[in-house]
Amino acid sequence: MGRWAIAVHGGAGIDPNLPVERQEQAKQLLTRCLNLGIAALRSNVSAIDVVELVIRELETDPLFNSGRGSALTEQGTVEMEASIMDGTKRRCGAVSGITTVKNPISLARLVMDKSPHSYLAFSGAEEFARKQGVEIVDNDYFVTDDNVGMLKLAKEANSILFDYRIPLGCAGAAVTDSPIVMNGLPISIYAPETVGCVVVDREGRCAAGTSTGGLMNKMMGRIGDSPLIGAGTYASELCGVSCTGEGEAIIRSTLARDVSAVMEYKGVGLQEAVDYVIKHRLDEGFAGLIAVSNKGEVVCGFNCNGMFRGCATEDGFMEVAMWE
Amino acid sequence: MVGWAIALHGGAGDIPIDLPDERRIPRETALRHCLDLGVSALKSGKHPLDVTELVVRELENHPDFNAGKGSVLTAQGTVEMEASIMDGKTKRCGAVSGLTTVVNPISVARLVMEKTPHIYLGFDGAEAFARAHGVETVESSHFITPENIARLKQAKEFNRVQLDYTAPTPKLPEVSGDSQIGTVGCVAVDSAGNLASATSTGGYVNKMVGRIGDTPVIGAGTYANHLCAVSATGKGEYIIRATVAREVAALMEYKGLSLTEAAAYAVEQSGPRGCCGLVAVSANGEVAMPYNTTGMFRACATEDGYTEIAIWPKN
Repeated sequence: MGRWAIAVHGGAGIDPNLPVERQEQAKQLLTRCLNLGIAALRSNVSAIDVVELVIRELETDPLFNSGRGSALTEQGTVEMEASIMDGTKRRCGAVSGITTVKNPISLARLVMDKSPHSYLAFSGAEEFARKQGVEIVDNDYFVTDDNVGMLKLAKEANSILFDYRIPLGCAGAAVTDSPIVMNGLPISIYAPETVGCVVVDREGRCAAGTSTGGLMNKMMGRIGDSPLIGAGTYASELCGVSCTGEGEAIIRSTLARDVSAVMEYKGVGLQEAVDYVIKHRLDEGFAGLIAVSNKGEVVCGFNCNGMFRGCATEDGFMEVAMWE
Repeated sequence: MVGWAIALHGGAGDIPIDLPDERRIPRETALRHCLDLGVSALKSGKHPLDVTELVVRELENHPDFNAGKGSVLTAQGTVEMEASIMDGKTKRCGAVSGLTTVVNPISVARLVMEKTPHIYLGFDGAEAFARAHGVETVESSHFITPENIARLKQAKEFNRVQLDYTAPTPKLPEVSGDSQIGTVGCVAVDSAGNLASATSTGGYVNKMVGRIGDTPVIGAGTYANHLCAVSATGKGEYIIRATVAREVAALMEYKGLSLTEAAAYAVEQSGPRGCCGLVAVSANGEVAMPYNTTGMFRACATEDGYTEIAIWPKN
């Protein structure tokens, strides 16, 4: 019997000037989600079920950029996407362009379990959702005042905003104080806050999932790395991986898949594989990831300034962190 | 200094050996024509991105392949096309899904790569983007062929999801259940080692509206880096979970396999027999075209004079 392990994330790339109360809120949410997952693992819930239930919690909470609290499109609406993968047989499910489904990760799961396909999007996905009887809400449900404000800010700056809630007043100060740049933007107006979860259960089964609202002020129809199997999410017999950060960098480096590929083909362990891909696969891009192995290990890696994350293992280790 | 190489496909699947001439010859002719186009372009120094795009455009325009005109139909009798393109040296990429009126989806994928800060646009947003960039659009009926209407009817009658390629004759498709032709694609390398891959498709016959396959998923249906360029075809759901196109490059990179070995292994490991095929070229000007289906419409050429146009395994 193996040991379980779990990790959750709320996005890679954090402004060093992030207000303290926001840091606290983030830590509390991550802690709560970790505890949810831990309780489930202790009652022998399978990895794939744990991933789904933890991400549902993250989607439902408006803090991070997924489900309620998602970043807004250029038209002020929400278009969400998610993917989930079960390492055991490498089954997967993904959705994009979701506008009325309360929990996109659950819809992705249904695509995996109940449809003949792996990936459904836009109106076809919405129709499938209705046929499956999942909880449907108005698009307004997902829109928060915070994000309406951020969209305005992004449009004024005429740039793509990766989701960030630094109050207006601080933004200017942040720009001069922190010359850190991601995707060509000062870190004060860039932070993806995509969410994800990876789990290995006592049977050694790995699973991974990722969910997001995408980029603030994105073009209608824009799809990022989160629903793309191999980019934002991957799970195999050896590991489960969920990524966050600059979508382009994650897609072109097939980041999640590469962690597993490096383990499979170079025969190295999880830590070494994660270190390798973060160091060598991202080129000029910035991203982070969480990963578990079938041996009960958990590793986080990122090459940018911070990542909201939490991890725990069966032998009692637990950590919620933001910085290095 | 190595030579250029190009390979293209018109789909892997359960292509019956007794395919009648009237269905085989037009496709072979098309493959030859596209190969010639691609070779001329390479010889005149065009970048592989341009070469693969123009070859795939040609395949999209040909009504006998499952891309652009001639795309298979969704469960609602409509066309939803998708495509992706990738540049090996920079690993920049572009992808589109859910196009319904754009004559050449691969060109929109290229525009997404070059004209937006994004990689992938889908459905209404992708159509709007295409219009904003003045690409050629037509009535959806343009893409729909009588063959595909018949295929859809047949698939509905058998009430199963089918990849394009059963002879739409009254004969029962005794050729084992799932015939899988989907997708067209092209990969190319020039003598400077620039690599590119492009793939385009209408997807599965009778697919659910909104279903996305492997073709627009970077790493699944399309991949290119400094070592190789790959375009895959077959059962999308398997190709996605096995990240087939990326796999070829990963095997070369992490296990030091040659292109031929890596490509063969990637196909073998992708799933059960009958699920996929691919075309690939390496930075060294090599070509590989493995498949685990009955056949794959394919063609390739290298600078040293090798040419091949084929459907089934060579005896």
